[in-house]
Amino acid sequence: MTNLAGTMIEDDSSPLSQWLWRGLMVAAGIVLLSLYSQVLDSYEIGIVVLAAVGLSFLGQNWPPFRRHTIVVAGLSFFALYLYGTDLALGQKDFLLSYILASQSAFMWMSALFVLATLTYFLGLLLRSEFTEKVASALTWSATTMGMVGLMVRWRESYLISPDVGHIPVSNLYEVFILFAVITALLYLFYERRYQTRSLGSFVLLVISAAVAFQLWYAFEKGAHEIQPLVPALQSYWMKIHVPANFVGYGAFAMAAMIGTAYLLKSWRQIAAPNGLIASRLPPLTVMDDLMYKAIALGFAFFTVATILGALWAAEAWGGYWSWDPKETWALIVWLNYAAWLHMRMTKGWHGRPMAWWAVIGLFVTLFAFLGVNMFLSGLHSYGTL
Amino acid sequence: MSDVSNSSIPRHTLGQRIFQFLGTMDLAITLLLSLAVASIIGTVLQQNQPYTDYLIKFGPFWFDVFETAGLYDVYSALWFLAILTLLVISTSVCLIRNTPSMLKDMWNLRTHVQEKSLQAMHHKDQWSVDSSVDVTVTTLQDELIKQGFRVKQTPKTDEILVSAMRGGMNRMGYISTHLAIVIICLGGLLDSNLPLKLAEWQGKIKIETRDLPIKDVPAESRLPVGSQAFRGSIHIPEGRSSNVAFVAMRDGYLIQELPFKLEVKEFRIEHYATGQPKSFETDLLVYDDDLKVPLATTISVNHPLIYKGYAIYQASFSDGGSELTLEAWPLEQSAGDVAVSFDTKVFDNRQMRWGEQSLKLEMLSFRPFNINPDPTEDDPNRLRNFGPSFGFKLREDTGEALEYLNYMLPVERDGREFYLSGVRSSPAEDFGYLYIPVDDEGGLEAFNHFLIQLRDNELIEKLASEMASETLMVMENQNEGLKQSLHESLTTLVTMFVRGGFIEVNDFIETVLPEAERDTLGPAYLSMLREMLARIYFSDFEDTELVEDSQLLFLQDAVDAVGSLSRYGAPVFFLLTDYVHVEASGLQVARSPGKPIVYLGCALLIAGVFLLFYLPQRRFWMIVKNKESNSMILLAGMSNRNPKEFDAFFEKTAQTLRQVSGNSRA
Ligand code: HEM
Repeated sequence: MTNLAGTMIEDDSSPLSQWLWRGLMVAAGIVLLSLYSQVLDSYEIGIVVLAAVGLSFLGQNWPPFRRHTIVVAGLSFFALYLYGTDLALGQKDFLLSYILASQSAFMWMSALFVLATLTYFLGLLLRSEFTEKVASALTWSATTMGMVGLMVRWRESYLISPDVGHIPVSNLYEVFILFAVITALLYLFYERRYQTRSLGSFVLLVISAAVAFQLWYAFEKGAHEIQPLVPALQSYWMKIHVPANFVGYGAFAMAAMIGTAYLLKSWRQIAAPNGLIASRLPPLTVMDDLMYKAIALGFAFFTVATILGALWAAEAWGGYWSWDPKETWALIVWLNYAAWLHMRMTKGWHGRPMAWWAVIGLFVTLFAFLGVNMFLSGLHSYGTL
Repeated sequence: MSDVSNSSIPRHTLGQRIFQFLGTMDLAITLLLSLAVASIIGTVLQQNQPYTDYLIKFGPFWFDVFETAGLYDVYSALWFLAILTLLVISTSVCLIRNTPSMLKDMWNLRTHVQEKSLQAMHHKDQWSVDSSVDVTVTTLQDELIKQGFRVKQTPKTDEILVSAMRGGMNRMGYISTHLAIVIICLGGLLDSNLPLKLAEWQGKIKIETRDLPIKDVPAESRLPVGSQAFRGSIHIPEGRSSNVAFVAMRDGYLIQELPFKLEVKEFRIEHYATGQPKSFETDLLVYDDDLKVPLATTISVNHPLIYKGYAIYQASFSDGGSELTLEAWPLEQSAGDVAVSFDTKVFDNRQMRWGEQSLKLEMLSFRPFNINPDPTEDDPNRLRNFGPSFGFKLREDTGEALEYLNYMLPVERDGREFYLSGVRSSPAEDFGYLYIPVDDEGGLEAFNHFLIQLRDNELIEKLASEMASETLMVMENQNEGLKQSLHESLTTLVTMFVRGGFIEVNDFIETVLPEAERDTLGPAYLSMLREMLARIYFSDFEDTELVEDSQLLFLQDAVDAVGSLSRYGAPVFFLLTDYVHVEASGLQVARSPGKPIVYLGCALLIAGVFLLFYLPQRRFWMIVKNKESNSMILLAGMSNRNPKEFDAFFEKTAQTLRQVSGNSRA
């Protein structure tokens, strides 16, 4: 539904379901910890606890996310069950090789994201709420397949050999999938919060671009092969540093796409007040607000991620800050959005200049994310193109 | 927070004006963005490279300009530090100016509001209930407390004002983030090399740029044990120890003395099944007078040792002077006819003499494995171990040098085996490879024998004469003059080939032969040369009828190798016959007394950012007054964040308050 007044859903799930959800997450955490207590070190236990708390928090006012988590868990466990201990089944077993093996799941994810993008555009053009709902459903399925793919890949890496096993956030290929999934989840959250689906075509555009890149990267460079971790990456910090970073990148990307929508609407509103753009996109104030929300969220997570990176660097490289190009670009991104937030919060700037700035911010972010790996060398020298 | 309110005060002293300017938002944002731009420079231009690299890249003029601007080490350049300092000052000024009012705002429940101003607020609601003022106030107040508000009652003449606030800590967020910036920068400053730079300007220390043994480094380039921050590195070969670290500064270094001695017992690299490195580890012993027994520990990447505030990291590894046994196989006449064996070590230099020629042999490197993409497979991910290799340079008296890389084991190509040696004249080039064919015995004897034959003038004369006669016989020509000239051409061709390879022979064909005959005579010359070479090679074979294909292939490979010797540039080929691998562990030793301070700042920053964004400050006011035995309630509210969310929040809270007070909206 397109809600032009821009009212928001606060929380609409019953306290009972909330408690059930929290209970489920706590139970899952406890089961996991008791099953694997011998093999987990204290950091990994911390990460499991963090994940359980994080998931129960995320799901408490977000019923679709609960369903998503349960489906992802179910499919992932099913895939693990099919695999058993034989990696070769990934090529032989029908369900695995066509749907659930990580590479197949990623292909489904890619196809579904592209389809979702097209469907959102169609919905916008046809002014059809139903089509937009279909697009949402497609986005959820794409996200589910991406998440399942990541989970299964994690297991696959251990099936290659226990010493090769690692969380799939260790190279550019894997983080591109993470980026697509996280950006989609962020968007889906706000889509529900703000009861507006018309921004989907914009946000999904960035995701589709990421998917296109990731496919090229896989086919052209064979990047999808699971590689063992170089010694510098063998650290529990990686498990939290990288995802935190990608919440930041995802949120900044979303802000930029909302900024684009804002600019389009502010232009079309005068040129064609009853046109598609002017009538279908949410009110400018709503988009302005969303843009701020996304950047604030991204900034908060990016701050955490950068600090985690510093903590890790202190352990791996002998200093918490080395002015390594990736580090420095993280700082540049951070400074840029700090300036944006100051303008917005203390000088009250809003509207078009801030939208432009958010769009430019995407390019700064993109350089930190990709450009550094492509053009600059430094300590972060894994993940080169 | 701009200073509009202050502009009405007519005169400021200069000091006040500067103070004010330092605290303006415009300055803050300008500084944030200039810091970003300055940082970009440092990432685009690779930092802290050897100065000669920059000189080659930019030329002498721009090299000087960039050096003066401090661009080779932007992050400790004066102007960069100046921006940072200004940022710290500006943030501090902001803090000093805003903190008092923020703290007040955090606690103050604003009990002085008038009904008029509540009526003017955007969020308000008004209703009446039929209970007494006191009861109503208590009920409403309890509900607000239940929702996490701090409340305060202010009785007025005929009404009661209830002021409530939630999320006052939001203001703490401002203080916390900005204080964090100041703290992080100060902590970082403690750990920077600024103190060293100051000491350098005062002339207390001097950067050493010469390559000296540690004990010869003068005192002015040594930093005594102390509490200052530093980041140094040191390579320690297995079985050796060190009590200093090298601190790199611009184009030189300083020596930092350590209060303990580090001994490397063993350095290890473990590999995955695919050949990529899995772990780098060092077994370390720490000797310290404070320790009864030396501290034995193992460090690895991501797992440093922290000892007495010093952190010791596994940073890299290198050769620690591996012992190599080499055989020098002659390639040129000056080097004699037989291979000479000798021992050397990586990093050793020695003067070698071959006849008139004198070259310095500089041993550069040794690697026990070379795991590279397999050239016989299409998939670049298929790796193969090419075995040990060693690198060296041969330097002439003029200073010019060629760099070589030799592999210990023969490499297979097209089913035959070759010894491989790469050569290049600068590190910027790729290696060009010489392939020397391996004989049936797996050695270089056969190739060496062929070389000796090629230098045997008597043999060549004899074979040339035979070949000239046979050729003329086939042509049924008895011309003695023609035979003589053919004989001469054949010997010249062989001599030219041995001296300058195919290049010289081709040059000869291109320059000496008349153009008209080049197309016909050129190929004829080449095939005559090949025939001669074959005759030389087979000259001491008992029965040339029984030559196997493998012999022909060997000949072809040997001819190719001889043909490229002139480009190889070395009078001998060094064959590695034995080695003892000695590794050196590359350690980084660091002291960062500022680290806890920086971490404190980081914690404050995270806490502050979340407080700022996710804990909106929300205020409510209620005026409850008596009206004909009913109570009239005026509710108003405001928030400093998320107006959209506050719309909904206000709506919901108002609804709840109405309900608990006994009035639900129709
Ligand atoms: C470099 C990192 C900095 C960060 C991350 C940062 C962050 C923030 C944030 C998030 C706010 C919003 C506070 C609010 O509206 O409640 C803020 C406000 C503000 N900042 Fe900064 N800031 C930084 C540096 C500075 C500097 C250098 C100055 C000094 C001129 C400054 C001056 C201000 C002022 C005056 C406010 C307005 C406070 C208010 O009225 O709420 N900031 N800052």
